[in-house]
Amino acid sequence: MHMLLRLFVLLAVIPGLCVACGNTGSNAGKQSITVAGSTSVMPFTEKLAEHFMIDSKDTAIDVQGGGSTAGVQATINRTVDIGMSSRELKDDEKVLNRIVICHDGIAVVVHRDNPVTALTLDEIRGVFSGKISNWRQLGWVNRKIDAVSREEGSGTRGAFEELVMKGREIDDATMVQDSNGSVKEVVATDPYAIGYISMGLVDSKVKPVSINGIRPSLATIRSGKYRIVRPFLYLTNGEPDKRARRFIDYVLSKDGQRILRNEGLVGVHD
Amino acid sequence: MIDRTVLKEHFVKWVLVAFALSSLLFLFLIFAFILGEGLPLFLKVGAKKIIFGMKWAPTKGYFGIFPMIISSFLVTLGALTIGAPLGLSCAIYLSEYSGKRMKMLLKPAIELLAGIPSVVFGFLGVIYIVPLVRNYLGGSGFSLISTSLVLGVMILPTIISISFDALVSVPKTYREASAAMGATKWQTIYKVIIPSAKSGILASFILGMGRAIGETMAVIMIAGNALKIPTSLLDPLRTLTGNIALELAYATGDHRLALFSTGVVLMIIIMALNYIANFGIKRKIAK
Repeated sequence: MHMLLRLFVLLAVIPGLCVACGNTGSNAGKQSITVAGSTSVMPFTEKLAEHFMIDSKDTAIDVQGGGSTAGVQATINRTVDIGMSSRELKDDEKVLNRIVICHDGIAVVVHRDNPVTALTLDEIRGVFSGKISNWRQLGWVNRKIDAVSREEGSGTRGAFEELVMKGREIDDATMVQDSNGSVKEVVATDPYAIGYISMGLVDSKVKPVSINGIRPSLATIRSGKYRIVRPFLYLTNGEPDKRARRFIDYVLSKDGQRILRNEGLVGVHD
Repeated sequence: MIDRTVLKEHFVKWVLVAFALSSLLFLFLIFAFILGEGLPLFLKVGAKKIIFGMKWAPTKGYFGIFPMIISSFLVTLGALTIGAPLGLSCAIYLSEYSGKRMKMLLKPAIELLAGIPSVVFGFLGVIYIVPLVRNYLGGSGFSLISTSLVLGVMILPTIISISFDALVSVPKTYREASAAMGATKWQTIYKVIIPSAKSGILASFILGMGRAIGETMAVIMIAGNALKIPTSLLDPLRTLTGNIALELAYATGDHRLALFSTGVVLMIIIMALNYIANFGIKRKIAK
């Protein structure tokens, strides 16, 4: 019987050892900063962190996803040093220290072969609320509109609901994809589809439409004409401590902002 | 010396017992966690509002998953409509008609089909089936019919291998007796072999259903994931599994609990299917 006991002890110890190995290694002797939240902000934070760590070798930045809401919660609970959010804070979340690192436009996109190039905000609201369901109503062929949205809880969807839907609900018949990439893929392959994605991800595979006569571009966002813009936020609980401060300062510095601009985002100083 | 050998035997036996029981432990832990996370919302909101609720907007306090339950059953029925006749025909051919060589070709091929990851099925579905449906039948292509087609192929290995086992286990004497009565081969299959393998064949269908209802990756890629109950074969739909996988990444608080509640419902459905399948098989053995 004692053999069995020993076996159990062994089984219990092995995972412990693995965890221990994982934690040491690269981070030994370094200061570490944990950043978590919005998956829209995450890829940019990762890029910034890479550059930051080249210059400050004594700091390790751990970037995690989880979504905007999770990022806000984690910052409130102080489980992360910096939270990331791709939507504005709700009233009960406004206790947090909010730092805008850049702005991101949301583009409404259609298939390349779609002749529709301009829509009004009302028309887009109509399409996603199910009121407008045929392309004929938008001046094209007699064919159902295949609207594609994002899943409940997504920051992009949250921003789209706030900026475009303005209280109207997205119709239940709307298709749902779980990432900017899948929405783009659907719109790129289905000639009758319409969807919305982060402007940084628009490329030649899909066609952004102008809204109320304004084309989405860095210039129109900068000048404030294009209105479907959301901030990318870093959040801290109270004033950030020295380590976090250094990273945030880097992100807001010329170098940091240039990296964000190269990714198709609009910097805070623009 | 003998003592040590005996000890070693015991040791090996107990190690194996421990590992064998660990799978039970895992099952228990999964049950405990899903119920622990999923039940609180049932108590808070009420089972009726979750199971029969028509509206799903978890961040706004609506947790109805009825449309997804219906959609899950619809794709499963669709998959069965395609998979059952194909699979059963293949099993009949394998057990009654095929020669050794054909069997040696078909059996590994079916095993290979079972081993293809579901994301590959989903990918092929998106690239080929969805555009085909869109161009020739209409709609966006992300639809009940595309999903059923892909799932129908995915459940083939389950249906073929289990109904094949049921067919070959029909005693040879039945076939001989039938032939002696002057029945042709097809008459024998149709009137004797299929009826006596009936419960095994039904079990294969039900286990195939379990596979279809539990499939996730391929489904989120092809189904379109709209919340409405589909009213035509060309409408998109969202299944229970798809709902969990889609929204998992961003869910917090009650939204997260609601996904676990979806898991509870799914688990009950799959348990029921497995129970029916096992009951069918056991009754057959008891005879």
